[in-house]
Amino acid sequence: MANIISDETIEYVGILAKLELSEEEKEQAKQDMGKMLDYIDKLNELNTEKVEPMTHIFPVMNVFREDIVENGDQREEMLSNAPEQKNGAYMVPQTVE
Amino acid sequence: MAQKQYETVIGLEVHVELATKTKIFCSCSTEFGGEPNTHTCPVCTGMPGSLPVLNKQVVEYAMAVGLATNCEITQYNRFDRKNYFYPDNPQNYQISQLYLPICRNGYVEIETEDGKKKIGIHEIHMEEDAGKLVHDPWEDCSFVDFNRSGVPLIEIVSEPDMRSAEEVIAYLEKLRMTIQYLGASDCKLQEGSMRADVNLSVREVGASEFGTRTEMKNLNSFKAIARAIEGERERQIELIEEGQPVIQETRRWDDNKEYSYAMRSKEDAQDYRYFPEPDLAPVIISQKWIDIVQAKQPEFREAKMTRYQEEFGLPEYDTEIITSYKHLADLFEAAEAICHKPKEVSNWIMGETMRLAKEYELEPEKISFSPEHLAKIIEMVDAGEINRKVAKNVFQKVFTENVDPEEYVEKNGLKSVSDEGALRGVIEEIVAKNPQSVEDYRAGKKKAMGFLVGQTMKAMQGKADPAIVNQILKEILEG
Amino acid sequence: MDLMSLTAVELGKKIKAGEISVKEAVKAAYKRIDALEPEINAFVTLDKENALKRAEEVQKLIDDGTLDGPLAGVPVAIKDNMCTKGLLTTCSSKILDNFVPPYTSEAVLNLEKAGAIILGKTNMDEFAMGSTTETSYYGETKNPWNTNHVPGGSSGGSAAAVAAHECPYALGSDTGGSIRQPSSYCGVVGMKPTYGTVSRYGLIAYGSSLDQIGPIAKDVIDCAAILEAIASYDKKDSTSMDRRIYAPPEPEKEGSQENQKPRGYDFMSALVDDVKGMKIGIPRDYFGDGLDPEVKEAVLNAAKVLEEKGAIVEEFDLSLVEYAIPAYYVIASAEASSNLARFDGVKYGYRTEEFTDLHNMYKKSRSEGFGPEVKRRIMLGSFVLSSGYYDAYYLKALRTKALIKKAFDTAFQEYDVLLGPAAPTTAPKLGDSLSDPIKMYLGDIYTVSVNLAGLPGISLPCGRDKKGLPIGLQLIGDCFEEKKIIRAAYAFEQTRTYECCDFAKKEVF
Repeated sequence: MANIISDETIEYVGILAKLELSEEEKEQAKQDMGKMLDYIDKLNELNTEKVEPMTHIFPVMNVFREDIVENGDQREEMLSNAPEQKNGAYMVPQTVE
Repeated sequence: MAQKQYETVIGLEVHVELATKTKIFCSCSTEFGGEPNTHTCPVCTGMPGSLPVLNKQVVEYAMAVGLATNCEITQYNRFDRKNYFYPDNPQNYQISQLYLPICRNGYVEIETEDGKKKIGIHEIHMEEDAGKLVHDPWEDCSFVDFNRSGVPLIEIVSEPDMRSAEEVIAYLEKLRMTIQYLGASDCKLQEGSMRADVNLSVREVGASEFGTRTEMKNLNSFKAIARAIEGERERQIELIEEGQPVIQETRRWDDNKEYSYAMRSKEDAQDYRYFPEPDLAPVIISQKWIDIVQAKQPEFREAKMTRYQEEFGLPEYDTEIITSYKHLADLFEAAEAICHKPKEVSNWIMGETMRLAKEYELEPEKISFSPEHLAKIIEMVDAGEINRKVAKNVFQKVFTENVDPEEYVEKNGLKSVSDEGALRGVIEEIVAKNPQSVEDYRAGKKKAMGFLVGQTMKAMQGKADPAIVNQILKEILEG
Repeated sequence: MDLMSLTAVELGKKIKAGEISVKEAVKAAYKRIDALEPEINAFVTLDKENALKRAEEVQKLIDDGTLDGPLAGVPVAIKDNMCTKGLLTTCSSKILDNFVPPYTSEAVLNLEKAGAIILGKTNMDEFAMGSTTETSYYGETKNPWNTNHVPGGSSGGSAAAVAAHECPYALGSDTGGSIRQPSSYCGVVGMKPTYGTVSRYGLIAYGSSLDQIGPIAKDVIDCAAILEAIASYDKKDSTSMDRRIYAPPEPEKEGSQENQKPRGYDFMSALVDDVKGMKIGIPRDYFGDGLDPEVKEAVLNAAKVLEEKGAIVEEFDLSLVEYAIPAYYVIASAEASSNLARFDGVKYGYRTEEFTDLHNMYKKSRSEGFGPEVKRRIMLGSFVLSSGYYDAYYLKALRTKALIKKAFDTAFQEYDVLLGPAAPTTAPKLGDSLSDPIKMYLGDIYTVSVNLAGLPGISLPCGRDKKGLPIGLQLIGDCFEEKKIIRAAYAFEQTRTYECCDFAKKEVF
């Protein structure tokens, strides 16, 4: 395997992705990611020097909305799936340290 | 050993909430002060499957601000996702512009002690605002309100061209004025519709390299900004003098404690993994579109000041005050257009209007009387229908309740009495009652005249035309 | 005769003619679902009560002539990644196991407007990440042709339900082959339209630049009819394309019929058994190592059939085929890592029971809520976008995508339609794929490049292997050229008789 994924990398990516992996899962993730990156490295065979990265397939542009209020109060519907809510707001663990 | 001299290097990231009716990516209202989450929908609460659609007005406001700050407008625009987890960010990514911001390479000019100075604008980009978090100290939890989530923002990133708090404030004032003139935002620091993050580093005077900078957030007033700049400058100098490194980090200013605190945590990797937003189409801005927006640009402050001096012959001092808020300038122009007495209008705005605004703690933008009413007062004074003292009282009513001055004067019987016959009788009576004053006057004490005028005005309850009173008195006393 | 053995259009005709009622059709579907689900597990959620209620409403609208389209009154199954107001939508994930959307996806709304009755939501690979429907939190779906085999994925529930005659048709979504590959494994017809043809509004995103909704049905006629119903220009989806503008011009038709769909949306008009002069290209690169010989033979045989019907068939080198999968996994994983960030236990879905603080709540909710394949892709996606790797991986993949698109553009200058297999093999056995992710990913080799280039593709049965498992033929068209592949597929289908599995033939009481 050409790509060796370190413990630190897995730890770091876990912070970015907000995933907490068990030791076993971490080992597996290191293996999997290494293998995938080896596979993805195949792309380096291609010379893409003069190729623009293609973000959008179609030359569609300037898709706009006019500045007109159309939505009314949908609070009850929006909150209906909240795991915890109170007084019309979503509840989360304390955010200030 | 001589003490080292340090220079402060400051760049600003200014977020401005745009004055659109709807949010940037959905048609929810941007109105302030609704009950929590009453201005939300699947898009601005990050519901699975929801998709953003760009509000055209946001692009036009951003272009207008860019043009007003001498920026180049980017022809091919794209949005990018900035990925980070926080509860006020419903999708856990913010749609912003990293790679292709809408405006670049601009500048504004500010006045400094050493004259005019250009402050470079690195870029202006469009993005969405986050929701609001309210902390409940008793329950160990926070509440999330997404009413502000998706409100359009522009972020104006300056070059590190400022060297003092005064320059920073001059720059912010300049931006505020420009954007208010455009109507693109009300730019209120206290209410958060204008927010400034300060990037600051220090270096020895004469050094060519910049020092390591920190970014300070949570600055809610010009005073807080000035204090934070001073505080952070001192903190960094102290570190350098002690031989310790300045760490590049984001710090939160606590204005009560006058100290900034690092905002870092292990869970805060500051790696935003930007990538092009696949849910939005690119925005192509043609020269034609730029021309249309350019044609709609209003007359800005400097142009107005010059024009008021040239066209109306107003002193520079007057024009500076009248144009300090677009609303005042609008008032001035509207009233002047009716009564054609620019200096009079200017005096009323600089004097009574500003005095009352201060007295009622009203921000100049919130002044709501109609210019027609001010014009009418000026005309009435000019025609001698009311005297200046009455006019001031009437104006206070206009200022507070926007009453029609003509009706008000009529209803309250405030019209000046200029009927000579009626006045002469009153004056003769006063002259008869005050022989001492008459004697004094005739003995050369011209001041006694003033007393008699005062007595007359008192008897007339202030409604007499002072010019006529003077004239009649003179006739009687000297006759 | 079992009503569920009819195609959607056939059933629609009978309902319109008053031969059967909408309610009878709905009940017939549930009867089979109730009988077969213990063995197939194609559905995550059923919506019987509402479906029967709605059957009555739709019946009235048919009776008074308000609804007269081909799908009026016909029941449908919806893949569980399309939001349905008031009806559980899970993406086959624990993290959404209690999510009841407050709105309905545009494609489903369009079906409802056409008079469809939603039977329930079908099983899938969790968040559409997988090729077998084994990554579902709600258990694997089994292939009705052989329940020891997978139905394919990620729209495995939809394909299996159609193949087992649990419903006349279903909607699937296709990010890298998720409609075409399970359709191939289950012996049904599935179509992925040109990117932007069907609104993605309300489709829970996996890879936003690749996702498209499409039909899964028994035959090509149904596919064309369903596509006419679900395709629309939607202002709520900024990537939606107005096909009236973008569809290629055609000669004016004489005596245009009433109810004619607008230009670009008239897919049924391509149901013509005529491929004379049509230029069909066979990418040689699609027939190399890794292709099962039985699949190869069946697919090449299909090409021969079309040639005999007058098409001009040629082999050519498409090139870049082996680069599509790595590019796809970078792009799809990167987008997914961002799209799935919203599942954090704050606004909807699963929140862990116990936590110490905010970030602990995030991590535990997500780690407990997502399955291993989803975590694998989120990790990969986060990594390829992270500081220092963005250019090397993400931009490289976007450049590769540009090259792949260009290769197709070149091919379509020469050919009307490209022909190849939908998958390198027939349906693998349950459990065989998950052990080796890369092997599973390789199963998408013929489908992912179509998504990268935004092209339309259709998969339809063209034979069976020795084990009796269906083989799928894939036809690929240029952007907005759905009608060409529909025409070719229809002409090919005319040479075959519909084959169904034993489960489909099973009588239920």
